[in-house]
Amino acid sequence: MGIDITQFHQIFFEESFEGLEAMESALLDLSRGSGNSELIHEIFRAAHSIKGGSGTFGFSAVSEFTHVMETLLDEMREGQREINESALNLLLESVDVVRGMLEAARDGGVLEADRVAATQSRLEAMLNGDDIVVQASSSMAGQQDIHKGWQIDFKPYPELMKTGNDPVLMFHELAEMGELKVVVDTSGIPSAAHFDPEECYLSWKLSLMGDVTEEQINEIFEWVDGDCDLTINPIAVEDSDQIAAAQVETGSHESCAVAQAERQPATDRQADEAAPNQGERRAVAESSIRVNITKIDELINMVGELVITQSMLGQVGSELENVDSSKLEKLRNGLVQLERNTRELQESVMRIRMFPISYSFNRFPRMVHDLSSQLGKKVELKISGEATELDKTVMEKISDPLVHLVRNALDHGIETPDARVAKGKPETGVVHLNAYHKGGNIIIEVSDDGGGLPADRILAKARQRALIADDEPLTREKTLDLIFEPGFTTAEELSDVSGRGVGMDVVRRNIRDLGGSIEVTSEQDKGSKFTVRLPLTLAILDGQLLSVGSETFIMPLISIVESLQLDCDLINTVAGQAEMYRLRDDYVPVVRLCKLFGIKPKSMSLQDGLLVVVEQDGMRIGLLVDELLGQQQVVIKSLETNFRRVEGLSGATILGDGTVALILDVGGLIAMSGRDPASGPPHKKEQAA
Amino acid sequence: MSAVKAEQQEIDNAATLIGMSNNDDQYLTFILDNEEYGIDILRVQEIKGWDKVTRIPNTPEFVQGVINLRGSIVPIIDLRQRFNIEKLEYGPTTVVIVLRVQDEDSDCIMGVVVDAVSDVYNIAKEQLREIPPSFSSSIMESVRCIATVNEKMVILLDVDHLLNADELTALGSIDT
Repeated sequence: MGIDITQFHQIFFEESFEGLEAMESALLDLSRGSGNSELIHEIFRAAHSIKGGSGTFGFSAVSEFTHVMETLLDEMREGQREINESALNLLLESVDVVRGMLEAARDGGVLEADRVAATQSRLEAMLNGDDIVVQASSSMAGQQDIHKGWQIDFKPYPELMKTGNDPVLMFHELAEMGELKVVVDTSGIPSAAHFDPEECYLSWKLSLMGDVTEEQINEIFEWVDGDCDLTINPIAVEDSDQIAAAQVETGSHESCAVAQAERQPATDRQADEAAPNQGERRAVAESSIRVNITKIDELINMVGELVITQSMLGQVGSELENVDSSKLEKLRNGLVQLERNTRELQESVMRIRMFPISYSFNRFPRMVHDLSSQLGKKVELKISGEATELDKTVMEKISDPLVHLVRNALDHGIETPDARVAKGKPETGVVHLNAYHKGGNIIIEVSDDGGGLPADRILAKARQRALIADDEPLTREKTLDLIFEPGFTTAEELSDVSGRGVGMDVVRRNIRDLGGSIEVTSEQDKGSKFTVRLPLTLAILDGQLLSVGSETFIMPLISIVESLQLDCDLINTVAGQAEMYRLRDDYVPVVRLCKLFGIKPKSMSLQDGLLVVVEQDGMRIGLLVDELLGQQQVVIKSLETNFRRVEGLSGATILGDGTVALILDVGGLIAMSGRDPASGPPHKKEQAA
Repeated sequence: MSAVKAEQQEIDNAATLIGMSNNDDQYLTFILDNEEYGIDILRVQEIKGWDKVTRIPNTPEFVQGVINLRGSIVPIIDLRQRFNIEKLEYGPTTVVIVLRVQDEDSDCIMGVVVDAVSDVYNIAKEQLREIPPSFSSSIMESVRCIATVNEKMVILLDVDHLLNADELTALGSIDT
């Protein structure tokens, strides 16, 4: 045909993998008993699509395999087969097999033919008789009836070939089902001068003799639904209902008058029956659109640059004085409008990349299901907050760490059923995944009701590995934190699941790279909880500009509690070093940014400065700065891309005048001030270096 | 005979480390404290004048700060201070060479302040001479070899080692 079908492969693979995921999650729901009958239809449809698509693109192995699955599923949805545990498990395995086959086809890898064959024969065995098959009368007209043969009139529209379909392939498939005779009608071919080689001018009359159901014929032509005129008429009529339900005609095409004249008249019930299905299919397709992620990234970058330009214009506008005032007024109004529009645009664009975390949580039911049986433990997975949205890149990067945490919970946390009963706990352990928004962050919790982290074993192992001195006393928190050290594991032996000791430090590093943090709390025999905190938006934040000496910094508005002018009477100096400010009922440590950063301030005296009270993780400090400048939205640029992470700074930005301003990181500032007594509060706890 | 071969092999190795292949490679040379240094020209992104820099707190002295280079935040290193030579006053003739530095898994862009840019030379592998390994300090490790061009000595630098971010961290006493 000359058309390269491979360009459509990518879409086929993407859709097929999505379909497999949908199948998997529906199968799991069914196996938990929490599904409804709709689910089996969903699973069937997904399998059907994959079968059809793979057939069209020539992946016959996939097509054959999914055909067996589909037959099994068909019986289940017709109520002819019981939906039981073993069937569901076999189908789950089959999903894996299909996934492997598709991956091999996509990446050109090796196909595990043995596994495919073995699973396929098990599917066939199940089909053929091990299980009880309930005989029931077919509900849909024409479903099970078989005819001597069919007369098929096939007139594709000219653009059919451009959709990547090849009529000859379809005819091959038909020929496999029975005896096929094909008569081509070439009357539609124009003269050589008008001939477009990419268009289809042919139509065919086919007769297919054999034990074939109309359903099977329809399947083959499903992919060209909407791109052709198709009439299927039985040659030997056995049931008068047949004629009525036969057609899959999708619309008339004026220029195919030639074919129409020859078409046999047949009753036409299609408009009502076929259309709703199609309409439904189309409606679903129209509600979303696939976009390459690089396009989105570019769009977001553009919007980021737009924010910078807009703020520059805003700055210039506010500084204009000598211009004719009516024009100035117009300009100012225009700039205000621009700011509003830019802000809305930016919010919309940021939302494009936000996905519910369920995309990431989806892999866990299957994983817990498999892993718990592998480990011989009974585990129930609870998921909450799966609608919480976060940026797609963050979600992709957090997936692996989460997998690691859940594996750990299953492997180390949850005890065996016997051990749990002995402790008076229910036999089935619970692992809970929870996500919610808090402040400008998303919080993800992985908790279990297992045995908790063994603090004394951790301490012993740490001492054994010389990570800490033998007699150094550690608080419980610090002890638990030790699990994040590289190479640390208290597992007695390596297992495939965990124990290699390379996990937790990588987890923490990955989370830190995203600008987040991870903490663990645990109670002996009660369980453990890992809390991961991640920033919601990576790129843009609302900031307060402030100046210290000749340097300008940005403080994220979200961290600011309040700003005030100091009343010197309310300052107390502790131990001659640290300054505390009494703020209503609370004491706030005063941190001089000039000292922390080594900058010469405008004035050293407290009255001249301003105190900006900031908060993070429940800790508050008051930053002493020289001046508060404006507030603006800034685009966060990474310091680490070309330089490295600097403590106390979360990044940099480019101001309206083109200069670089540094963005302050409250957590880092608190840590820094804790170390340097001259600039902040006295030591409250032991400092690990 | 074999000693010469061994030496040639070592030069080849050193040459490969700098990222040279085949016989001639191009180097951009610059002047620093009356000495001429060369860097692989493929690593040079651009040459620009000195612009106001935003200082980053708690970084080593030779890290002057960062600038806005068409939307990216690029750190500027003073090469004199990096080599522990006294820093000069910056003026309108001060030159910044913007380089592409490769770390094990990432690329980044950094600028270095030098006294003046000199020339572009094609230097053949045969003209390279090794530095005796007895001079060893972290700075000297950035010097890969020496070449003689037009009867002048040109010191060829390894950009990646010179501006390695970890090095900068290690040398700077404040750290995370």
